[in-house]
Amino acid sequence: MRNIIDMTNDAAARAADPRFGRDGLNIVVATNQESSLANAERVAIAYGRGDPMSLPGMAIAVKDNIATLDMPTTCGSRILSGYVSPYEATAITRLRAQGAVVVAKTNMDEFAMGSSTETSAYGPTHNPVDPARSPGGSSGGSAAAVAAGITEIALGSETGGSVRQPAAFCGVVGVKPTYGRISRFGLVAFGSSLDQIGVFARSVRNAAIATYAMAGGDLNDSTCADVPVPTIPEPVEAYRGRTLDGVTIGIPAEYFPPSLDADVRARCDVAIEVLRGLGARIVDVSLPHTELAIPVYYIIAPAEASSNLARFDGVRYGPRAADVMDLREMYQATRSRGFGTEVKRRILIGTYVLSHGYYDAYYKKAQSVRALITRDFDAVFGSGVDALFTPTTPTPAFKIGAVTDPYEMYMSDIFTVTANLAGIPAISLPIGRVGGLPIGGQIMTRHFDEPRMFHVAAALEAALGGEAHA
Amino acid sequence: MTNWSEKYEMVVGLEVHVQLKTRSKMFCGCSADFGAPPNVNTCPVCLALPGALPVINAEAVRLALRAAIALDFTINLKSVFARKNYFYPDLPKGYQISQYDQPIAVRGTLRVRTPGETATHDIAITRLHMEEDAGKSVHDRYPRKTAIDLNRAGVPLIEIVSEPDIRSAAEAGAYLRTLKQILEYAGVSDVSMEEGSLRVDANVSARLHGATELGTKTEVKNVNSFSAVERSLQSEFERQCAMLDRGEVVRQETMIWDASRGTVRPARSKEESHDYRYFPDPDLPPLILDPDYVARLRHTLPEMPQQLRQRFSTEFGLNEAELDAVTAESSLAAYFEGVARAHGDAKAAAKWMMGELAAALNETGTGIRDFPVRAPQLAELLDMVRDGKLSHTAAKGVFATMRSSGKSAPVVAAEMAVTQVGDDSQIEQWIEEVFAELPAETARFRAGEKKLTGVLVGAVMKKSKGRADPKKVNALLSKVAG
Repeated sequence: MRNIIDMTNDAAARAADPRFGRDGLNIVVATNQESSLANAERVAIAYGRGDPMSLPGMAIAVKDNIATLDMPTTCGSRILSGYVSPYEATAITRLRAQGAVVVAKTNMDEFAMGSSTETSAYGPTHNPVDPARSPGGSSGGSAAAVAAGITEIALGSETGGSVRQPAAFCGVVGVKPTYGRISRFGLVAFGSSLDQIGVFARSVRNAAIATYAMAGGDLNDSTCADVPVPTIPEPVEAYRGRTLDGVTIGIPAEYFPPSLDADVRARCDVAIEVLRGLGARIVDVSLPHTELAIPVYYIIAPAEASSNLARFDGVRYGPRAADVMDLREMYQATRSRGFGTEVKRRILIGTYVLSHGYYDAYYKKAQSVRALITRDFDAVFGSGVDALFTPTTPTPAFKIGAVTDPYEMYMSDIFTVTANLAGIPAISLPIGRVGGLPIGGQIMTRHFDEPRMFHVAAALEAALGGEAHA
Repeated sequence: MTNWSEKYEMVVGLEVHVQLKTRSKMFCGCSADFGAPPNVNTCPVCLALPGALPVINAEAVRLALRAAIALDFTINLKSVFARKNYFYPDLPKGYQISQYDQPIAVRGTLRVRTPGETATHDIAITRLHMEEDAGKSVHDRYPRKTAIDLNRAGVPLIEIVSEPDIRSAAEAGAYLRTLKQILEYAGVSDVSMEEGSLRVDANVSARLHGATELGTKTEVKNVNSFSAVERSLQSEFERQCAMLDRGEVVRQETMIWDASRGTVRPARSKEESHDYRYFPDPDLPPLILDPDYVARLRHTLPEMPQQLRQRFSTEFGLNEAELDAVTAESSLAAYFEGVARAHGDAKAAAKWMMGELAAALNETGTGIRDFPVRAPQLAELLDMVRDGKLSHTAAKGVFATMRSSGKSAPVVAAEMAVTQVGDDSQIEQWIEEVFAELPAETARFRAGEKKLTGVLVGAVMKKSKGRADPKKVNALLSKVAG
């Protein structure tokens, strides 16, 4: 019992360490030691009583767009500055029931719109591996929290790679579960048909434990599927040897273009050979509509966002512009001051593509192409392929401020947005380092086939051993 | 005033919003009750707090389907909720969840008979879709400020959109009254315009008789009674006719009905020209209905007004006026049937309901549901009249006391001592007494002077304090005089 409270105390102290705060790496945006300790005490009592828990006393950091009690939920935006949710996300309630204790809220791109955590109203987060570099985004704070050792597990959210890309950049494991595996209730919406809560951890097994702790149907979310929650995978030791016998892994050509960073390619080649060595059958496959994923994503996600962000109007919560003459001015001033440039850009794009006369040409068309992208995956998985292996990102972490062109920034998600569009589960895990910078490898499987995804990832993780982090 | 309808034809289509009678809101568990203190019936979902998500209320779907079945709609087994995007402070999410290109029901019809006409007219109804209500903006409570009450935000509505098949203001009124009656029978709504559970927007245009093309329409809003709909349509039609007659062009715009002046005025142009940017709501999967469920609902629907009229006509022999009266509302019809069955004389029951009961309801302003005298009690009162225990006049007084005291007819009649006396020996005794008191008149009556009957009956009635059955008194006079 003492142990749970000590663990929480230590994690809360790390979360409050100025090195991780605003004047440091800018990973943590809010803490509440009092509330964390009170929760730890409740966990200690329940655990002492013998309540079954998969994460007793596990300190977690939570992305600032997931509703928590006792700490603000601001989405890295001025428009929600000081906002504390009166209710808690289903995912958080379930993690707490398994003994987890929230110790920090983490920095993020404003409303999860970005791939570098630079669009946050709190300023950019620095990558613990190399503070001159970006941790990726939008869940950069949570990836960095795990990489810096603040917590063992952190929650992020994905709309188009926002967990896997920062996981790759920071050298940790990042999971994007199947759309519908985890309730979105309490996750502030960006692109509702794409959004999914995800997990960062230092090991595949811990990532799986946290994923399953949150999984399962939720009466508060109609898009959350009521499918059975799988059992937690075996510890890593169980994956030594030819544990991938009978598993077919596809290597999609479109994810290895000539422009791919040579170091990333080299590390992937090693990982593929390791998978083969574990007994997997490696086959070349094609997902021909991959190149359309970024344009499709940048129609659907902003369209949904333009509507989802309409509620931030200054009427019920958040700062409201006071120096105005009428309602229209109040809306304009509140939203002009509250939202940053990237959010405004996407609201404009989204409003445009849904406008009368453009809907068919953009939104409707994008939905048709999205169906083609999904069909690509269905065809490959239908042909006997159990999992796909790809690089997570085209390059390792870039320097803060280095990517200024929005389109270039969007391209850093080229290998990850497809899983969001198709709704399938995907994981990124470290497969080595080049010049000290981590490289991520990605494994994708069928809808709700997280067990296979974790199985392949855990086997690869075990086989790479220390090499993954070397 | 020119009689424009000789030259021009009115063309009307109606959009009716009906609040469904659910306990909770369309997409959350909050109470849908009317009249709670401001913002009490709210939660993260209907306040649109960050991260909250809607969940469809199955009871709202059931009531929408009942309405659709009652109006002969084709049910879409798959329908889609869409977001209608616009900014307004009483619209918390910045969009209304509605249905757009895939509504829950399409192609309904309503058979309407306009008062004064014998023929009926079938009005085609384009669609019936589900949506949520907005909150309320209160502009007149605080100086220079607007208050927002979100109790109503998220309350379930259906919108019923007719084709432009209506040809006169009176027909629009008939359509609305019939629609209201059917929805009330189906038990899906309180259908009260006063409480806002039924709201009407009217599209109206004018064209020369014989023309096949539709004229440019305007939309009339802010009407709060059926008669206001009729008056506003007539007023707007005349405005359009006058314009057309002068060779002017009618502009498509929204007109606001000003009830105090009895005229329409254009809405500020800012209230128009919305691009709602409809798209399917990604938070809600398409609504898929089980055909068996829809079929079961079809069988649970109660008798509709037309069927009931048919049955009451054959079973009870009621005429059109009586049918109109007793089938106006489902609860009234049930009450009538209760009285008619318990009492046996349906005509007498209908007559009493159209006379005394209607007057009483009018006077108190209550509905039949809250009326203190229930059907079996009224039947008992009518039994007493039929059995000669109460005169019709006395029955009226007894009825009034029954309403205020809640007591039964025999008890009230006894307490008021108005029970008619038909007992021969009692009446004979009164006659004997009168004969003794009026020996001269009695002698002349006995001698055959029949015109004295009235005097003697009057004296007996007076002696009995009005309780003697006058028919019996008449019959017994000669016997006693014998």
